[in-house]
Amino acid sequence: MNVFNIVIAGVGGQGVLMASKVLAESALKSGMDVKQNEVHGMAQRGGSVISFVRIGDKVSSPVVMPGTADILISFEPLEALRYLHYLKPGGKVVYSRVTINPSTVASGLALYPADVEAQIKAKCSNSHAIEALSIAHEAGNAKAVNMVMVGSVMKSLPLESGVIEGVVAELSQGKGVDVNLKALRGGAAAA
Amino acid sequence: MKKIISGNEAIALSFGDSGGVFASGYPGTPSTETLEEVARLGEVYCEWAPNEKVALESAIGASIAGGRSLSTMKHVGVNVAADALMTLTYTGVNAGLILMVADDPGMHSSQNEQDSRNYAKFAKVPMLDPADSQEAYDFVRAGFEISEQFDTPVMLRTTTRISHAKGVVEQTAKIQPKVGEWVRNVPKYVMLPNFGKIKHVEVEARLLKLQEFAESSPLNRVEMGDKALGIITSGVSYQHVKEAYPNASVLKLGLVHPLPMNKIREFAGSVKRLMIVEEMDAIFEEQIRAAGVRVDIGKDRISLCGEVSADIVRAAAGDAVAKSAAPVEGLPQRPPTFCPGCAHRGLFSILSKLKAFVSGDIGCYTLGALPPMSAMHSTICMGASISAAHGMAKVNEIAGRTEKPVAVIGDSTFFHSGITGLLSMAYNKSNALVIIMDNRTTGMTGGQENPGSGRVLQGEPAGQVNIKDLVKVLGVEHVVEINTYDLAATEAAIKKGLETPGPYVLIDKNPCILRYRVKKPTIAVNQDTCTGCRACLKAACVALGLTASGDKPKVRIDPNICNGCGVCSQLCKFDAMSEA
Repeated sequence: MNVFNIVIAGVGGQGVLMASKVLAESALKSGMDVKQNEVHGMAQRGGSVISFVRIGDKVSSPVVMPGTADILISFEPLEALRYLHYLKPGGKVVYSRVTINPSTVASGLALYPADVEAQIKAKCSNSHAIEALSIAHEAGNAKAVNMVMVGSVMKSLPLESGVIEGVVAELSQGKGVDVNLKALRGGAAAA
Repeated sequence: MKKIISGNEAIALSFGDSGGVFASGYPGTPSTETLEEVARLGEVYCEWAPNEKVALESAIGASIAGGRSLSTMKHVGVNVAADALMTLTYTGVNAGLILMVADDPGMHSSQNEQDSRNYAKFAKVPMLDPADSQEAYDFVRAGFEISEQFDTPVMLRTTTRISHAKGVVEQTAKIQPKVGEWVRNVPKYVMLPNFGKIKHVEVEARLLKLQEFAESSPLNRVEMGDKALGIITSGVSYQHVKEAYPNASVLKLGLVHPLPMNKIREFAGSVKRLMIVEEMDAIFEEQIRAAGVRVDIGKDRISLCGEVSADIVRAAAGDAVAKSAAPVEGLPQRPPTFCPGCAHRGLFSILSKLKAFVSGDIGCYTLGALPPMSAMHSTICMGASISAAHGMAKVNEIAGRTEKPVAVIGDSTFFHSGITGLLSMAYNKSNALVIIMDNRTTGMTGGQENPGSGRVLQGEPAGQVNIKDLVKVLGVEHVVEINTYDLAATEAAIKKGLETPGPYVLIDKNPCILRYRVKKPTIAVNQDTCTGCRACLKAACVALGLTASGDKPKVRIDPNICNGCGVCSQLCKFDAMSEA
């Protein structure tokens, strides 16, 4: 199999790393080669975060080049728009509809564009919006948005849903197992 | 068993598997997780040192005492440790010693872009440059072997895309750690000039032997493919090369200093076009050209700045890259910012209001330089806030200017290299104000312990430095504690500090809300009394936002994000904000 490129975008603190880890571990369990890379450091302080997961028979670079991503998963609409150019022609974007103000907007230096979703739709014919926060709430924890988003793309990945569920259960603790699995399945049902 | 781990985790794992005994470092992105992982694995002694010089010197002592040792730091940390490194290369080692340095091309979280391969040349020590997590794991083992075989420290260099990228790793058989003899050898370890002269000759001879080793070592391998294009590369650049040209001939260097020049010459002669792909400086290219080897593509086509990518490699060789839509322009930036509830927010609100000249330092508080605070006017390196403010104060004095500079520094940075600057301030009678933001953690790198946090790396209790007492002992007469959540009191304290002649130190002791999980009752906006004046937005807090409707939008606070620090409500002139 050729390399399948996944880009995950979001805001520092949203659990992009955990979502990336779930996909990377699932690929390893499926006998694939995998490289996962996201840049952290300053990003933790509410900055924009982008993570790459590359899976396939043999993966060299840990970096996804613009124009080559099979799928873009974004935990925030503005971040989906920001990284939309990573998608290859015909690539798919799935994003959570809940907006988070960047500090530039919160301090009145910039406006959050009102037409973000329309812009995404205009630029990508394969775009899907997910009510990730309400699904996460239903699952029992607003912080499970990341698992909702993983669930929402599960059927588009070259990975078995059962393997992903197994990894989520393995990586979660205590009550989190139930919440995260519910969030994952809720995301899958909404897709 | 196969695992997916980062380069940093791989180095930590291999350190434990390769007979490691002692590890010491200072946090710095992208190196930090290495020692944290050594601690998590729990098999080998490890510690945070107050700075990189202390870390490396401690590793030297551990080596002399017979234990394989590791010192970890980011690229700029080597500048601090360089004094030790430049003589360590003369003494050599007893047990193996690895200095792990993590470079940050592209400056994801650094103040400069520094190619540590220069240090390997400068110090005349071997350097290993792994290309993925598996090599990061393997090169620790190889590094200790080279260190002991050639009696030399070994530098293990990563970059952000090696340290933080995760890949599949398989462990090799564990070597049980054994501590060797605590060696006494005066001519080897006492670098008086007469002994140093002998050692320098040995260093040069060692380098020649290492060069011979590099020629035949499997660390440097040729992957012969299509001979139309031959590429010499190392580290993560190798991965970009494989991505760009899976079938090209490649000479992959694992040992990047000293270079295997015969192997390079032979490789160059076997390919039609020779390309050198290296991030940052032209270290390979300069040496290869100096050896009289023809280079067809190098730094003339690949920038000295930033990271390399598969697209950059292809473009440099004159080939097409995958077409992508242009990034959407004009979107609001999402830079990192102070966390909701952070104690730095109150301080910078006041410094911004007072328009003071702020001499900054390395830490979360450097974000105070960004708009709308825009309250930092210089940031050079760890500790420079205080020493630079001192220089400013002296010139101000000479020029007859009465304005006092304000140095802002955090606790960990103060311990790292702020103490000596303050000593100079007290000793040389500086007319400056120093504000120490003592949040009891090394915040920017993710909340590591330090000599003031009361815990060691593993989390066990430790002594806690009392910064106020320490400042007094250094000779500063005026030391006052402040609470930056109280804006009026903070403003008054800063004004007093600016008006009082001589060195003046303010200390804020509010803990890092992220590290200590501080959660306060949230603030809400009374929509009837809010006038939409936006004064509160100067707090630059992501919990704040404007309501979408109306010709004069009002402010609302997202209760999921607000951490109740109350800075915005103190900036409000209409009493429209209160606890929810």
